[in-house]
Amino acid sequence: MKAVIICSLVRPEEKMLIEAFAKRNVPCEVVDDRGIRFDLHALDAWKQYDVVVERCVSQSRARYILRALNLAGVKTVNTYDVVENCGDKFITSQLLAQNNVPTPRTKLAFTVESAQQAIEEMGYPCVLKPIVGSWGRMVTRINDRDAAEGMLELRDVLGNYEQHIYYIQEYIKKPSRDIRAFVVDGKTIAAIYRTSEHWITNTARGGKATNCPVTPELDALCSAGAKAVGGGIVAVDVLEDTERGLLINEINHTMEFRNSVSPTGVDIPGAIVEYAVKLAGA
Amino acid sequence: MSQATAECPECGGSITFKSAPVLHELVRCPDCGGELEVVDLANLTLALAPTEEEDWGE
Repeated sequence: MKAVIICSLVRPEEKMLIEAFAKRNVPCEVVDDRGIRFDLHALDAWKQYDVVVERCVSQSRARYILRALNLAGVKTVNTYDVVENCGDKFITSQLLAQNNVPTPRTKLAFTVESAQQAIEEMGYPCVLKPIVGSWGRMVTRINDRDAAEGMLELRDVLGNYEQHIYYIQEYIKKPSRDIRAFVVDGKTIAAIYRTSEHWITNTARGGKATNCPVTPELDALCSAGAKAVGGGIVAVDVLEDTERGLLINEINHTMEFRNSVSPTGVDIPGAIVEYAVKLAGA
Repeated sequence: MSQATAECPECGGSITFKSAPVLHELVRCPDCGGELEVVDLANLTLALAPTEEEDWGE
């Protein structure tokens, strides 16, 4: 079999994946997405690969690449549907709610006035997020009406059209940590606590990673969340609500795991490659 | 085998690779903290990595 990793840059994750393919004696090429020129009438050339592992940093590039490849019948990790469902936070929330997977209350509004009303209905504090984005960027805790008015005006005046879609979420009073769980092929293989004094706990923002035991409860929740967005390989962000228990906050489709292999002792890149090999042979 | 090293194009610092470098690999200069990309393997060369774009994510 032959695999290919499409990526924007070879970050530690991609290097670990290249090494995991090599360890299994599976030939694996690396394609830089900056050089891709898709000829929509000659996509069959991509069928030389038994599986494509998409690792683009850019959400847009990932979406276009996977849509083209999936329509051409090329097997990919992940699929276009998974990226579409996870890349847009509102679609993720909607799929979780529709499938009765516990998740914080979420509202969507399209104008400053309706967003202000939605925030008032949600109550303070609440969280205002961009519908697309990662590493906790532009995620804002709205503590009072003054903050709401300021943030909404800022996004209205300075933001592009995407910033005029207001995703408003209930603020969860969690301990000074959240959980990131890695789900591969329907099974939660590892999880970390991300601990930070800041309410945003992303490791890219300084959150410290330690091992989180994968309990049957955590596995059931994360597996259900992964299924709701289309399966494959995803990282599920989980909040611990003091009253309602575990809630899925977000699901990531091209996860980073450089800080998670060591604390969990789980070979996450190995599990991803095993899944890709299995998919190639299916 | 000796570890590969390359020069930072920003500050001239030396970057040592713990394992064999890969084309387009992202590395950080220990001296200036700059994010760098491996752009040539034959004559191990680094360039400034592309800056973050609007839709770059995790």
